[in-house]
Amino acid sequence: MTAVTQAPPGKAASPGRLGRWGRALSRELTTVVITMFGLLLVTFFIARVIPIDPVLAVVGDNAKPETYEAARIELGLDKPLWQQFAIYIGKVFTGNLGTSVLTSNPVVEDIKRVFPATLELATLGTMIGVLIGVPLGILAAVNQGRWQDQVARVVGLVGYSVPVFWIGLMALLLFYAKLGWVSGPGRISVVWQDIVTTRTGIIMIDAALEGEWEAFWDAFSHLILPALVLGLLSVAYISRMTRSFMITELQQQYVIAARVKGVSETAVIWRHALRNAAVPLFTVIALSYMHLLEGSVLTETIFAWPGLGRYLTNALLNADMNAVLGGTLVVGVVFIAVNLLTDIIGRLADPRVR
Amino acid sequence: MTSEQPLLEVDNLKVDFHTATGIVRAVRGLSFTLGRERLGIVGESGSGKSMTGRAILDLIPHPGVVSADRMRFRGQDLTAMDKGARRKLRGRHISMVMQDPKFSLNPVETVGSQIAEAYRIHRKADPREARERSLAMLEQVQIREPARVYDLYPHEVSGGMGQRVMIAMMLIAEPEVLIADEPTSALDVTVQLQILKILDDLVTERGMGLIFISHDLHLVQSFCDRVIVMYGGKVMETLPAAELADPAARSRRHPYTLGLLECLPDLDHPRAKLATLNRDPAWLA
Repeated sequence: MTAVTQAPPGKAASPGRLGRWGRALSRELTTVVITMFGLLLVTFFIARVIPIDPVLAVVGDNAKPETYEAARIELGLDKPLWQQFAIYIGKVFTGNLGTSVLTSNPVVEDIKRVFPATLELATLGTMIGVLIGVPLGILAAVNQGRWQDQVARVVGLVGYSVPVFWIGLMALLLFYAKLGWVSGPGRISVVWQDIVTTRTGIIMIDAALEGEWEAFWDAFSHLILPALVLGLLSVAYISRMTRSFMITELQQQYVIAARVKGVSETAVIWRHALRNAAVPLFTVIALSYMHLLEGSVLTETIFAWPGLGRYLTNALLNADMNAVLGGTLVVGVVFIAVNLLTDIIGRLADPRVR
Repeated sequence: MTSEQPLLEVDNLKVDFHTATGIVRAVRGLSFTLGRERLGIVGESGSGKSMTGRAILDLIPHPGVVSADRMRFRGQDLTAMDKGARRKLRGRHISMVMQDPKFSLNPVETVGSQIAEAYRIHRKADPREARERSLAMLEQVQIREPARVYDLYPHEVSGGMGQRVMIAMMLIAEPEVLIADEPTSALDVTVQLQILKILDDLVTERGMGLIFISHDLHLVQSFCDRVIVMYGGKVMETLPAAELADPAARSRRHPYTLGLLECLPDLDHPRAKLATLNRDPAWLA
């Protein structure tokens, strides 16, 4: 046994970069497993404590006591709690989230349909937020107190404070009804409905995979307006945060040192300062993205977008608990995944936490 | 003739900060010339030492305003140059070693790439050549394993090593003038002397002009040829460094210089109470 405890000296001497990465990864994965377990625990117990009797929901109010009891056993509610929990975990991992009362589809099927709609909206919205928000924030930081800063401030203020339902309706009125630049509500025109086979669920990608470019552009012209409306909120948030991170970085000594070396101002800003500001910025962008991935009820309602936000709200209003819990589980898993990704990117971007 | 031309000529340099509460005069009419020598600038905090260095480099932050009757680098008029031309001088002809390597090196880039960047800005060089030059420069600042250190990040090097990296970075483009702004005050006493030795060797070897900014009179006295004593943004006096410690020269000294010297504790002649500095408002008139 003593031989086992003695590690070969060469290996134990210094853990290389790979070793450090391996340890970091295993730590991350442990966190993921624990968080997942917590998520399952929470959704399971929510289902127990809500004042909706799952048996009654199946058998109806007027069922005889024998029928009620039979259904209760059928649902496994007579078993001890831990056993029920184990069964629940087993079901989740086999992709069984129950059936939605509202749509009478398996919840998994429903989510497979609505989540990609939210995913493409949130992704494009975040891309707009990053592509406009980051340069706007940098511009404001570099020209602190000047007119560029004021413009950025107004954009941020509008993005934050103007309600989505108002700006959404106005955008539809102007760009769809009056100018006709974009298509109206929904994800795709009726003509193209069901023409493209569903692979990823994201219509634009599916259309591109099949080479149906007309369908691709039709889907795009449906997507762009709600994405811009969501993007405006992202722009507001991301530009304000970029501004404050950049102001902090531009005051650092290493920025002066770079200027002393003769680095051009453009490179000082984009290569030196932004590279450092990017570290906290990744977290901010990820948070904003996660927020959009929950599904934005108002935007989805105004643009008749069949996404997760609308699905969950409908389910909640109709006490469709399987759908609500299934949806919550999906949102939770997405949060964990984005968090994991952000941690990894953060490690790559900042040598101090590697 | 050109060999006798001073590297820097500064005449009546002023740095003003226009703030909401009025104008703050950081430097009020500083004049000096710098040859291939080691010039010390001493003074208390806020006496305008650092601002003088920054003004020469055109790195006074907003809302500071620099003016001078004359500011020349090897005969070239700095006041007439645009921002771009001043930038091309920085690093290449006039450079600066800053105080604390912990904050003066970009934390997310390897120290090697930061040195190489300084080289590539001013010389047309491919990455491989820049790397080789950087490694050679690291060796010149007496870093033993240049190839290993090259790939380290700033947080992975010690203060002393960080300052060597800083010196390498600021001298790789072979500038003629180096401003050293408190280059050792963030370092351990034991490391300070090594760093000064490296700095001194390089400056002498390359025949550079050095402006050594410090609040440490002992250091300036042993390290510099000539010393400017500053107070409140003005020059109190300029004197040969050797005379700082010379008791015979005391009568010729400015009262402020004497005051600074009085404040220093002396191991050989311990005193119960150190003198306090008396500042005469008339000096700033």
